[in-house]
Amino acid sequence: MSAGQYSLQTKEFNKNLDLTKLKPYGDTMNDGKVQVSFTLPVEDNERGVEAAIQLAKSMGLVDTNCAHHASLDKEFSFYVIYGSLKHTVNYEQVHVQTVDVEIMDMKQIGEYIKENIKREVVIIGASTGSDAHTVGIDAIMNMKGFAGHYGLERYPMIEAYNLGSQVENEEFIKKAIELKADVLLVSQTVTQKDIHIQNLTNLVELLEAEGIRDKVVLICGGPRITHELAKELGYDAGFGPGKFADDVGSFAVTEMVKRGLV
Amino acid sequence: MESKLNLNWDVVDKARKSAKNIARDTQKFIEMHTTVAVERTVCRLLGIDGIDGVGVPIPNIVVDNIKNGNGLALGASIFIGNAMVETGLSPQEIAMSVSKGDIDLTKIPMHEEYEIKNAIDKVAKEMVAKIAENRGVRESYLKQFGDKSGPYLYVIVATGNIYEDIVQAKAAAKQGADIIAVIRSTGQSLLDYVPYGATTEGFGGTFATQENFKLMRTELDAVGEELGRYIRICNYCSGLCMPEIAAMGAIERLDVMLNDALYGILFRDINMQRTIVDQYFSRIINGFAGVIINTGEDNYLTTADAVEEAHTVLASQFINEQFALAAGIPEEQMGLGHAFEISPDFENGFLYELAQAQMAREIFPKAPLKYMPPTKFMTGDIFKGQVQDALFNMVTIMTGQKIHLLGMLTEAIHTPFMSDRAIAIDNALYIFRTMKDLGSEITFKRGGIMETRVDEVLNKAADLIQEIEKEGLFSTIEQGKFAGIKRPLTGGKGLAGVVLKENAYFNPFVNLMLGGEK
Repeated sequence: MSAGQYSLQTKEFNKNLDLTKLKPYGDTMNDGKVQVSFTLPVEDNERGVEAAIQLAKSMGLVDTNCAHHASLDKEFSFYVIYGSLKHTVNYEQVHVQTVDVEIMDMKQIGEYIKENIKREVVIIGASTGSDAHTVGIDAIMNMKGFAGHYGLERYPMIEAYNLGSQVENEEFIKKAIELKADVLLVSQTVTQKDIHIQNLTNLVELLEAEGIRDKVVLICGGPRITHELAKELGYDAGFGPGKFADDVGSFAVTEMVKRGLV
Repeated sequence: MESKLNLNWDVVDKARKSAKNIARDTQKFIEMHTTVAVERTVCRLLGIDGIDGVGVPIPNIVVDNIKNGNGLALGASIFIGNAMVETGLSPQEIAMSVSKGDIDLTKIPMHEEYEIKNAIDKVAKEMVAKIAENRGVRESYLKQFGDKSGPYLYVIVATGNIYEDIVQAKAAAKQGADIIAVIRSTGQSLLDYVPYGATTEGFGGTFATQENFKLMRTELDAVGEELGRYIRICNYCSGLCMPEIAAMGAIERLDVMLNDALYGILFRDINMQRTIVDQYFSRIINGFAGVIINTGEDNYLTTADAVEEAHTVLASQFINEQFALAAGIPEEQMGLGHAFEISPDFENGFLYELAQAQMAREIFPKAPLKYMPPTKFMTGDIFKGQVQDALFNMVTIMTGQKIHLLGMLTEAIHTPFMSDRAIAIDNALYIFRTMKDLGSEITFKRGGIMETRVDEVLNKAADLIQEIEKEGLFSTIEQGKFAGIKRPLTGGKGLAGVVLKENAYFNPFVNLMLGGEK
């Protein structure tokens, strides 16, 4: 049979779902099963494995099983560990901020602008700072769009400028003033050591110094961006993975009207 | 059919003919014997079910009663039929009286044979009609929803608790699984009875009980209707209760059954005489019920080396095919097995796997071949495991395997989590989509590695089958020619349950199911 090593342990815990004590689910309610994998900068041996298991325990795992360990180099070792998480989360108390506007399609957005703003909306976007990846900003702005969603360049009543990658914040602001931009889109795709946070914060500070923060709708996006993080950093909205031009466009024009930036 | 591998069809024909002779030879032995499991199955098919006050299944109590009265050589039908004539009660009522000690079946005076057969035939025909009706329900679902043309995605659930299994099975069906197999609790194959009722405690799997079958069937029918797909259910017709599980599956409309002629002998040390008799009746039931059987050749490669012993897989496929035909199973219901078990370290291993799978496809063109994922060389390195499973998925789509057991990246770690299954389904769907017609676009090099390989495997398989034909199946197994495992003729479990039939023996279901309307 192909079922691998059978789990022979008896499962003696409460198997009813309690949303105030939410836990990961492997194959039984409340079993708490999780998998973690990481590298340690030490030799691959019994001591390394024990260190990995102790780390897993510090993370809150019990019934730990080091399923795999391998040497990556003389002084580096790789681990795959399974275990049951002790921690729980009170799901009832979890609140998230989400972008709360009605999503319109390309045509509807065009009509919304004609009706409520009565002029073309200028949107500029860039991948700023050290980030050389344009996949995110291209997906939102380019004519062709992404996954069947056209980009903002194709939208009626929107004048979209994609400035590309590695645009410095100062340069970005200069362009925004020159083009009289209504909406600023900042993309951060690949980031190391949280450099995207510094970069995003720096842009807000510069906009405030120029005195134009209140005159624009400021939006950021990228795989590690959430709406909550964006709000915290002083942006009007943040868009993570799985969001398209229609989401961004709907928010931008609704926000302009709401704030009287017409 | 033109072979992509330039197969030598003369050798194929020769091997098939030898396998047929082996099955015919063994069939003589089968027809002379019955077993306690066969007779308990007859009881179940006559409608006998339930347990007594201490949990012993009623079919066991009835068969033990007959066996203790030295009557088993005549078969349970005669004694139950006789009691029906005597008392006017139903088989279940009679069985309950036996369990209370109110009736001793072999002590009742014998009535006329035609009276007994009349009484039994009526009940037997009702059950056969019910099973035929189940088959009709499956067919009408398939007509309504259509059947899948590509590989069936087969996943296992194994929580030990039927209700948790159902949660997992429904999630898997929604993710795209076509067949759900409920892994049995460790060691069930060695129980000489079938547990009863809904069960929530099992080890490494969930007990196969009729109630568990029913619960899963009801839930997956509901999910299937929601999804507009027919979700097949698989269980294990193996071990000491092979035919009983077949009967339970037929009654509750299971669709696929693990059902190998030799597996129990080799891998569970069940006596070979017992298994060979049991497999025959279990396959008659599966054949009639429209159940696809899965054979267990893949298991050979978990003990023997997949490169060295590939020919034993093919030899066993030939033999399983002939045993299945003898039990009335059409080729379309033969899920002959093999597996992707060559070591990842073996150079050109993928070519050998591809060659073996293509060969099986060509030699058994109508069979819904069952293809097992890598298990032996799976490790805790789940990331590499995912790649091994991807290569396995590629072989299936390139060679038209049908029953595709999804490999789990956590194969070597634990029975699958819900997320493991979802990752496996995603992997397979991606590969099946992006490589859909690759198989029909490519040809293999004449005289190349793959062609040379299958020629060697085929010839070795044909030689082995010829040797078995000469020596007989039992003696071949005694010598350890399958999977390197030796089993003595009178060794193993369950031999005490094998009985030589008397001339007056009868089992109404063999004729009704083998000759009956399907």
